[in-house]
Amino acid sequence: MKHVKTINNANLKESAHKGGCGECQASCQSACKTSCTVANQDCEKE
Amino acid sequence: MIHAYQLNGYNIALDSNSGAVHLLDDTAYDCLALIDGDDFSPECPGHILQALAEQYAPEVIKEAYSDLFALYEAKTLFSEDTYAPFAEAMGPAPVKSMCLNVAHDCNLRCEYCFASQGDFGRGKKLMPFAVGRAAIDFMVKNSFGRRNLEVDFFGGEPLMNFGVVKRIVDYARSIEKEHKKNFRFTITTNGVLLNDAIIDYINKEMVNVVLSLDGRRDVNDNMRPSVNGKGSYDVIVPKYQSLVARRGGKQYYLRGTFTKENLDFSKDILHIYEDLGFDQVSVEPAVLAEDVPFSLRDEDFDAIAAEYERLADIVIAKKKAGEKLNFFHFQMELDGGPCAIKRLRGCSCGNEYVAVTPEGDIYPCHQFVGEDEWKMGNVLDGTLNAEMKQEFAKATVYSKQDCKNCWAKFYCSGGCNANNHQFNRSIYKPHRLSCELEKKRVECAIMIKVALL
Repeated sequence: MKHVKTINNANLKESAHKGGCGECQASCQSACKTSCTVANQDCEKE
Repeated sequence: MIHAYQLNGYNIALDSNSGAVHLLDDTAYDCLALIDGDDFSPECPGHILQALAEQYAPEVIKEAYSDLFALYEAKTLFSEDTYAPFAEAMGPAPVKSMCLNVAHDCNLRCEYCFASQGDFGRGKKLMPFAVGRAAIDFMVKNSFGRRNLEVDFFGGEPLMNFGVVKRIVDYARSIEKEHKKNFRFTITTNGVLLNDAIIDYINKEMVNVVLSLDGRRDVNDNMRPSVNGKGSYDVIVPKYQSLVARRGGKQYYLRGTFTKENLDFSKDILHIYEDLGFDQVSVEPAVLAEDVPFSLRDEDFDAIAAEYERLADIVIAKKKAGEKLNFFHFQMELDGGPCAIKRLRGCSCGNEYVAVTPEGDIYPCHQFVGEDEWKMGNVLDGTLNAEMKQEFAKATVYSKQDCKNCWAKFYCSGGCNANNHQFNRSIYKPHRLSCELEKKRVECAIMIKVALL
């Protein structure tokens, strides 16, 4: 492709089907305690 | 849903539903703005050729269009939103995460404190061990099949009741194997009472430690004075340095708050990193009622957004120079990170995550503590309000109307329910300024990834 460069391998949809184990950290426990950023949390399975 | 934006000279398109990120040249970027995702035909429509005729040659437009169409076919552009059924199916989940308010008392008098200087407006109180033990038992019982259980020692200032912290840790460790659980302890402290023995204990037992510091001495001391009115900076900084030096690489965060009085907070982050030597930093916007003189308001958005951009430039420069500066809110794993299910509901307060007071009362999270109508049970008698738990369990990005069609919903997961309640009297109605700031941070975080390719 000349006009577009894809930066990552999209995988969010796939993760919906194999995710939801509930073992990962509650996002508010990591560093913030006041606001909510979830996308920077780690997946327990990775 | 597409979010296309320009930042730092890059044309970026995020396909929210797949999580794909694309870097576009000018032709593709201009072309994308004219495409209707619901009617994406293989051939470049005449109206697009016409609209861009003055800027680009027709064959170049057709080429860019065809590149975009290939992404569409690969389901990484205008991909379908298929998550609503997952959100609808979500219900109450095991309680696996707890904020233990071991001390409703504090030795600092931070101006922006949401906990009324530590006692949540309810009088000073330390958690007795019996309550801590009951909290651990409550979580073991109510976590059902979950293995990883988290306890954050919080307050007030948790080091004011450190003897009980240690007893709670010992107790949890003594029962975790028989119940097939793995306790993960963290602590959030203002650092005043740290000493070598406490530092060694924290470094051994706590998987993460959150150390409060706002940045430059004057900024910190302005907002974080001790009881006698003197600043806390000189007391805590050497202790933090000692803790991190002896931590052996385990996770920690220097965690600050910025207000209207330091909208140049990138300087505080740089001070923490360059002058003090901490490379794990989280400095966050104060969330305060608008009548507080130093609260952040809608009119401050442009200044804060510009500051995030400055910070992004700093992070890029540092990383390019091989340095390690991690700013919590720019941390993002575009190829992985949490699964989509996790992203539907975020922190899951009031459901998987709760806060417990020194009396054993259970609240949806630490920010609801002290509001009677949000008390949802008590660990001593084992009660938990199932109806309230259900209300929180259903708070997903699809039940929050403002989130449903927001491109950033899988990054913030519906925002902070406590902030939503504080400003809009509904956990389902996001706080607008927090949303706008979160979107800006996500834009910067993605741009940083692109810049560091």
